[in-house]
Amino acid sequence: MTRLERLGLVEARTLLRRRAIGAVELTRACLAAMERNRALNAFITETPERALAMAEAADARLARGEGGPLEGLPIAVKDLFCTEGVRTTAGSKILANFVPPYESTVTARLWAAGAVLLGKTNLDEFAMGSSNTTSAFGPVVNPWTPAGSSPPFVPGGSSGGSAAAVAGFLCPAATGTDTGGSIRQPASFCGIVGIKPTYGRCSRFGIVAFASSLDQAGAFARSVADAALLLQAMAGFDPKDSTSAELPVPDWSGELRGRVKGLRIGIPKEYRLDGMPSEIETLWARGADWLRAQGAELVEVSLPHTRYALPTYYIVAPAEASSNLARYDGMRYGLRVTGRDLVDTYKKTRGEGFGAEVRRRILIGTYVLSAGYYDAYYLKAQKVRRRIVEDFEAAFARCDALLTPTAPSAAFRIGERSDDPVAMYLNDVFTVTVNLAGLPGISVPAGLSAAGLPLGLQVIGKPWDEATVLEVARALEEAAEFRALPPGVVEA
Amino acid sequence: MAWTIAGRTGEWELVCGLEVHAQVISKAKLFSAAATEFGAEPNSRVSPVDAGMPGMLPVLNGFCVEQAVKTGLALEAEINRVSIFERKNYFYPDLPQGYQISQYQQPIVGRGRILIDLPDGTSRAIGITRLHLEQDAGKSLHGAREGVTLIDLNRCGVALMEIVSEPDIRAPEEAVLYLKKLRSILRYVGTCDGNMEEGSLRCDANVSVRRVGDPRFGTRCEIKNVNSMRFVAKAIEYEARRQVDILESGGVVEQETRLFDAARGETRSMRGKEEAHDYRYFPDPDLLPLELDEALIERLRAELPELPDAKRARFVSDYGLSAYDAGVLVAERAAADYFEAVAKGRDAKFAANWVINELFGALARRGLEIEACPLPAEALGEILDLLAEGTISGKIAKEVFQEAFDSGARPRAIVEAKGLRQVTDAGAIEPVVAKLVADNPQQAENARKNPKIVGWFVGQVMKATGGKANPALVNELVKKALGLG
Repeated sequence: MTRLERLGLVEARTLLRRRAIGAVELTRACLAAMERNRALNAFITETPERALAMAEAADARLARGEGGPLEGLPIAVKDLFCTEGVRTTAGSKILANFVPPYESTVTARLWAAGAVLLGKTNLDEFAMGSSNTTSAFGPVVNPWTPAGSSPPFVPGGSSGGSAAAVAGFLCPAATGTDTGGSIRQPASFCGIVGIKPTYGRCSRFGIVAFASSLDQAGAFARSVADAALLLQAMAGFDPKDSTSAELPVPDWSGELRGRVKGLRIGIPKEYRLDGMPSEIETLWARGADWLRAQGAELVEVSLPHTRYALPTYYIVAPAEASSNLARYDGMRYGLRVTGRDLVDTYKKTRGEGFGAEVRRRILIGTYVLSAGYYDAYYLKAQKVRRRIVEDFEAAFARCDALLTPTAPSAAFRIGERSDDPVAMYLNDVFTVTVNLAGLPGISVPAGLSAAGLPLGLQVIGKPWDEATVLEVARALEEAAEFRALPPGVVEA
Repeated sequence: MAWTIAGRTGEWELVCGLEVHAQVISKAKLFSAAATEFGAEPNSRVSPVDAGMPGMLPVLNGFCVEQAVKTGLALEAEINRVSIFERKNYFYPDLPQGYQISQYQQPIVGRGRILIDLPDGTSRAIGITRLHLEQDAGKSLHGAREGVTLIDLNRCGVALMEIVSEPDIRAPEEAVLYLKKLRSILRYVGTCDGNMEEGSLRCDANVSVRRVGDPRFGTRCEIKNVNSMRFVAKAIEYEARRQVDILESGGVVEQETRLFDAARGETRSMRGKEEAHDYRYFPDPDLLPLELDEALIERLRAELPELPDAKRARFVSDYGLSAYDAGVLVAERAAADYFEAVAKGRDAKFAANWVINELFGALARRGLEIEACPLPAEALGEILDLLAEGTISGKIAKEVFQEAFDSGARPRAIVEAKGLRQVTDAGAIEPVVAKLVADNPQQAENARKNPKIVGWFVGQVMKATGGKANPALVNELVKKALGLG
């Protein structure tokens, strides 16, 4: 039983329950893989001691025939989830030494389910980015970067560390958060599955806020079934988050069959962008064919306000962020750079504590909320957001789920597009609409680009219908038979 | 209340509206479960939500919402079925989130009114523009330690009701009456304790002036920190006169925020219009719109107590009290309840006099609120009964009252223990009278010519009997002894 770190959640769970493997053994394998692959820079903080203690406790419970649905399964957590007693940085210098005295609801649920914390994964600073290059802890390397190829490919973002860790076999699964595509786009770039559930499905309590009306926690794994299993343990109503939904969580992983027969799958015509690489177009068409072949009916639908989605997103998200990040003022926790007086201390603390992209978005957000600009930007964006929601409502009157590419390209190299924020923002063109409408979405690896990099397909569902999203994703997964392995992983 | 400022060039009228911040009575804060009591160890009543820790989220305290609705109902105001919490963004060390959660475009309570009771016995309505819920900030303690500012976040996140009046106030004294009435209503419904010293009721005043008869409003200044009943009128009057002086000397009133300096009795500029913050209000995405259902509103309406205006009207009609006395009695619900307990089955006007004059006087001398009154209503009733029965005289009654108030002993027991029963036995008084007349022949002679001097003899007899003699009987016996009967 070598290469335990290659096991998926469902497989490992079966072996753990049979006591064929131990949680400590499995955890050690992951910790070793993390150590071997530190060059990926996937983790900001590794927690080996805590991991082994948790794994030991899990083994004890398993030995007694007890344990939760994730008992003994090691996972990584995006460093945006507050973990009690474990440094939580949000990828920012301003929180570089912040150790929360509380646990996020999502991670608390995971530990209650028996999961083991391997460490906190790297991310774009405050989850603002699509390449994981804005992290104060350095960029993450995509494990699909061939040895010697430089500069390396980005893993996508903002949950780039989680995606790289799962894709590079450092851990079987990881949590992420998705505000405009931050789970689905890195999943696509790294050749793994990433799901963002409906807004309100997972509690936001204890997750460092970026844009509160868009932020949603989700899961990364190497299979749809594994992603479903992890998400199921994360989801559920939380009275501590007023926007979390008081709805039961279905048994997604247990009911997963990959059956799409009779389902109507919508293809939004506005997602055919000018200048989109033909390989993306081809992949999308192939995905549609796979579903048709399995008995789904493909229908063309229209989402007419799609072209306003990016501008809308880049008003709403920075507006909320400018307010959400006001608390990092150096007064109570985190970095403080003392200046001449109070205002100077604020300026120095925030000027030195925040990176360029975060500062840019705070400025944009402050601007669009300012007197005299509010109506033209923020209020207008809210109205467009409503139209986008209505677009989806109309589309879902004609179909059960939508199929789109996840991102308009494969992974690019670190440093590429870094001088052009708008080009960077275009990465999110297929994903932000889903956040604006609060819908569930998943990215499934579906093929490789000509350059040998993974490409993902996105399935978008109706509100609260993660079940259908997972079914369609499972069908795609089965048809795609994505077996390619990332070349940039250091083996034992 | 016609109140004008006589300027060199004519008469000026005051236009004033008040913004009152009333701390909601609630065990927990508006969006966190931290406790709210006053005077706790600094920073000991702070949850991670109040401290603006990363990832913390506000959860609305339903009780505070009920308190706001109750207050709205008591102000005869519209209750908005849907209201929105918004973020008011600004940086300050005692504002940990970097924004205050408040209500802006859609407050929980809309238009209402307060009736103020003018000294001439009439009432005047002052409009309420709105009432909204918001979080309080923490406290900055400057200069407590050399070179640093200390922050106490205990108050941070405590629920406030901001109650905004229309610019209907026309005299400084009306502002005081408005505040007193508002405070009275808040205390009646139990939504704010109205304690201005502890800061649970804070007031800012918007002041402008205009020539009498001019329908247009002048430029207003907002006066911060008029935080005692004593200073409200002073601050408003000072500010109005300042504005009149500026306008009469050809100047222009600048719209600005001014601070009232109680020590100097003047207002001074805090910040001008240009320095005004851009608060960048926007709906708080962490909170859903607040929807109120009819059943809740009706339940709260049913729970409302009889309010001061209704109680005052009832005291006038049922007890025959003057509007003024009734107004004094109903200002505090506990005082009104006390009065009613004393008046039950007794002469109500008499009871009112005793409560207003003796009881309120005694409380004021000891600096006590009615809630802490050491003399139970039944005890005061007992004194009135002793008086009515003729067991004690009015003078003795006051002594008994003071004794009972100070010692807590029952009035009847005091009367018995000290032998204070009124002497109504003529046989016991006659010798005293006879001796006095005999000892003071000149006075007796004077009294026969001028019957007003009879009173001197009555007084002497009362003194000699320790006040226990029945004054009417003494009067009769003195007259008889002087041959005036």
